[in-house]
Amino acid sequence: MKKQKPNPKSNKNILVITYALVGLFVCMLGYFGYFLQVQSENIINNSYNARLDSFSDRIVRGELLSRDGQVLARTEVAEDGTEVRRYPYDALFAHVVGYSDHGKVGLESLANFYLLSSHVNLVEKTVNELSDEKNLGDNVITTLDVGLQQVASDALGDRKGAVVVMEPDTGKILAMVSKPGYNPNTLGADWDSLISGDNTQAQLLNRATQGLYPPGSTFKIVTILEYMREHPDTWRDFTFDCDGQYEYEDYTISCYHGNAHGHQTLEQAFANSCNGAFSSLGLELNLGSMRTLTNQLLFNAQLPTALAYSKSSFVMGSDASAWEILQTSIGQGSTQMTPLHSCLVASAIANGGVLMKPYLIDHVETVAGEEIKKFLPESYGPLMNATEASQLSELMRLVVTDGTGSAVRTDAYTVAGKTGSAEFETGKETHAWFTGFAPAENPQLAVTVLVEEGGSGGQAAAPIARSIFDTWFSR
Amino acid sequence: MVNVIIEVSKYLLILLMAIYTYLNFSYFRFHEEGEQNRTCRRQNVAMFLIHFVAYAILFLKSEDERVVLFYLAQVIFLEAYIGLYRLFYRKMSRILVNNMCMLLCVGFIILTRLSFEKAMRQFLIVAVSALVTWIIPFIMDRVWQLSRIPWVYGILGLVLLIVVWIVGNNSFGAQLSIQIAGIAFQPSEFVKLSFVFFVATMFYRSTDFMTIVVTTAMAAAHVLVLVLSKDLGSALIFFVTYLTMLFVATGSWGYLITGMMGGCGASVVAYALFSHVRTRVAAWSNPWQDIDNRGYQITQSLFAMGTGGWFGMGLYQGMPYKIPVVEKDFVFAAISEELGGIFAVCVLLICLGCFLQFMMIAAKMQSVFYKLIAFGLGIVYVTQVFLTVGGVTKFIPSTGLTLPLVSYGGSSILSTFILFGVIQGLYILKRNDEEDYEETKA
Repeated sequence: MKKQKPNPKSNKNILVITYALVGLFVCMLGYFGYFLQVQSENIINNSYNARLDSFSDRIVRGELLSRDGQVLARTEVAEDGTEVRRYPYDALFAHVVGYSDHGKVGLESLANFYLLSSHVNLVEKTVNELSDEKNLGDNVITTLDVGLQQVASDALGDRKGAVVVMEPDTGKILAMVSKPGYNPNTLGADWDSLISGDNTQAQLLNRATQGLYPPGSTFKIVTILEYMREHPDTWRDFTFDCDGQYEYEDYTISCYHGNAHGHQTLEQAFANSCNGAFSSLGLELNLGSMRTLTNQLLFNAQLPTALAYSKSSFVMGSDASAWEILQTSIGQGSTQMTPLHSCLVASAIANGGVLMKPYLIDHVETVAGEEIKKFLPESYGPLMNATEASQLSELMRLVVTDGTGSAVRTDAYTVAGKTGSAEFETGKETHAWFTGFAPAENPQLAVTVLVEEGGSGGQAAAPIARSIFDTWFSR
Repeated sequence: MVNVIIEVSKYLLILLMAIYTYLNFSYFRFHEEGEQNRTCRRQNVAMFLIHFVAYAILFLKSEDERVVLFYLAQVIFLEAYIGLYRLFYRKMSRILVNNMCMLLCVGFIILTRLSFEKAMRQFLIVAVSALVTWIIPFIMDRVWQLSRIPWVYGILGLVLLIVVWIVGNNSFGAQLSIQIAGIAFQPSEFVKLSFVFFVATMFYRSTDFMTIVVTTAMAAAHVLVLVLSKDLGSALIFFVTYLTMLFVATGSWGYLITGMMGGCGASVVAYALFSHVRTRVAAWSNPWQDIDNRGYQITQSLFAMGTGGWFGMGLYQGMPYKIPVVEKDFVFAAISEELGGIFAVCVLLICLGCFLQFMMIAAKMQSVFYKLIAFGLGIVYVTQVFLTVGGVTKFIPSTGLTLPLVSYGGSSILSTFILFGVIQGLYILKRNDEEDYEETKA
């Protein structure tokens, strides 16, 4: 056998490899620790995690409370140990609070892990265990405002539709109404009829987050923003003469109820919601960059919320026909949007272009009131730049002072907004939209209202927003 | 009441495990044999306490008398293994035997909780493996020819892998095992060892360019057959082992860096070429997207570990059985869920401790042949631990490997026993040499 020359530095090399591998293990341990400490809480609160359900064997589900401590959901334990989940406000918070015993939706799902965790002190825990009593789960304090929710629900009345109210500078959702609703206290008895195929009311659907509607004239916010981007210096020079009907090739676009607006600047056309002006303006737009803009504004995109929601869709591409462009520019055609999404866009405009992530859980505390976890406002990022936001804000202010938003015109506070009346089926009333915020110069509230088949946005939707603003600013 | 006991015992188990792990590393500080022996004795106390507490819980929850008998059988086995090994091989490494037994204990505990039948089978396999591999250090002390037959190792290993590739049973999309007399047998577990012997014998004889080319070609053939069999984890182990052994044998950074770049290039090619590679990567990068199918296993694993947290749910308090193949590839998640994240970290640190022992032995060996074997086996072992735990925790894509000595599986147990046996043999050889040297000096 040849005697080879051994590598004289082999032990040093072994040391190098050992260090490298130990380093890898340290990284892996760090990752594992990070997972357990930081990530796990968000990950395990998932409907695919059957483990959480077993927590309820040893813990009484905690309470859901409004921001001022009113009970929205609580578990009542009878003498014999049977538990019933009670919702003191019946149908008022149905969709946003959700339910927990036919699957879990709404806050009952979002907060599931916290409600089923108990941070009562060790002595109490031990005593409970020894006496075979369940521990009390933590309470979750939401961002919801009972007063606003009540006003929004009353104003919407028996009509179908949705209302979303949020704080633009924090993302806190203060109210979220969807109608028709259901009573979560009698869900067990009503379940079969609610999910039956003959039921056309879709009471279980949270229209605020899952209902997709054509945005109608509220979409003119997007059209005008695109036009402003393409003509940064000259967009105010645009004019249009409206005789109630705008004809292009073989197509005709009518203004609402055939109103002739006469000579219009772009500001006036926006305030009066002149369809002719916006259709003709749409034909000038660069469809490629229009597509980019809508994606930036979260069409066809994930919304930053853990609630179940539908994605808004904007499908017009560069190869669109003239008819599609005419329709899409005024929010008709195949564009679809949820009320929550509309409210996020309004919030971003109100907040200098920056969208705050909407959230519903303010903090978690023990039964004794000790704070366990606090959720803080988080920025999603800018949807547009600050100049664009302030220009849009001015334009939306004109809608209220000089245009279709007269229902929210008042001396008490300043509202900026946009109305919409979206056609969806020939022969039926239009869906009524209002989306806006107040006070215009320093927004505290962003409100979006949708009334299904409500008629005109100015007459059906804006008054609902008015009652919400009135309540808030009279406090 | 039982809940309170489980709750308290949970913390007790973690504490004992932490003590054991601490002793494992404090051992490195001591150079005097007396101190080392004391440390090892303390470790044994901690281990038997863990074993006792855990089985007490298992019995309380299952109320199955067989658990008590099974426990006693294990105690007898562990006592006998530790005691007799020491009696027979006076100069063996006690700490390695301790760590083996500790890992086996953890395996028995979690397997009994998951499935009593599988735990029984595992115990049987362990007992047979312990008996069979008993002789390894004895053989190594007397048979010198081990370094003379590189091609026996190389060709035998490669042929075995090819046979599996062609006629192997398909399990979870990979060809891993062949059926011999009704027993499923996973050759890649053993070829890992023969491969290390092959590379060590080749480089022991020479490290000239020709030898390196030939050895590299054989190594590449091993890896390629494994990739074709879709056994990606083993392929990676062979690759890493070969590259680092080449580096230690030649001391050439050039080979190491070229090899690593080649490895990166090969993974890109494999990603483009094989759909099963892409599937694994997709299931790792975003398992939530396909939570019903490809992402199911890893997300259940994350739920298990996440819900368990640092302190665990306690034995029988979690749902580890929700994870597919939990008793094999995902046993780490089950440990973490029920015994706690801290306990799981301790298990990982014990594995790392074994690896450090291997490297110390490798560094101390004078003969290049023995040095390379100790080093190569150490790398095989630690890479497997890393890939398994990394896959379970979603640190890296899952490669479907077992956690040595803890996971359920016959081939894995036997091959790990052989691996530890060989290392023990080397350790004993070394200490015999030292003693001879002392004597001649005197």
